[in-house]
Amino acid sequence: MIATTLLPYAIGAFTLALLLNLYRLLRGPGLADRILALDTLYINSLALLILVGIHFGTPVFFEAALVIAMMGFVGTVALSKFVLRGDIVE
Amino acid sequence: MQVLLDVVLCALILIGTVFALIGSWGLAKLTDFFKRLHGPTKASTLGVGCVLIASMLYFTFRTEGGASLHELLITLFVFLTAPISAHLLVKAALSLDPGMRPPPPQVPDQQADVEP
Repeated sequence: MIATTLLPYAIGAFTLALLLNLYRLLRGPGLADRILALDTLYINSLALLILVGIHFGTPVFFEAALVIAMMGFVGTVALSKFVLRGDIVE
Repeated sequence: MQVLLDVVLCALILIGTVFALIGSWGLAKLTDFFKRLHGPTKASTLGVGCVLIASMLYFTFRTEGGASLHELLITLFVFLTAPISAHLLVKAALSLDPGMRPPPPQVPDQQADVEP
């Protein structure tokens, strides 16, 4: 079982990736940088949830990951549309 | 068989983690928005794909209950939506800063050869 000993390090690396995204989210000079940081943040947190699910051996995190994927995409599209048109629902 | 599965799981988790970390590092380090877009849209998506395939293999072969196909749904969704969101982000960034738009390509003058 090498995989179970590898998992905490992978979870730590994903946490580091989330921190890097948070740095870009707080620092980002432009509006588009912050939207991109949010987009990366939800994708990385989705992978982190999947890894935590493997670590605990429970499949209950799949639905959470699916909801994060759908809502994150909707959020990115809504923010980009707002920047593009100044309005979301036209 | 178990050892082979373990090696494949380890390789997938390691590759996925390294790709996601490199993508996030590129997002934090690069200097321009259009350079920063490269990191997350390619590397992070590949990293998430590798992690999801590892999870699919793990829950299919290590636990009872047959094949686990939830992750395939998530992988398909992420791979389908990542280019769309990247495209919309570029359009939004270009509308915020129109000076970054590259000049239109120069069409070579071919009329001189065709017309006598």
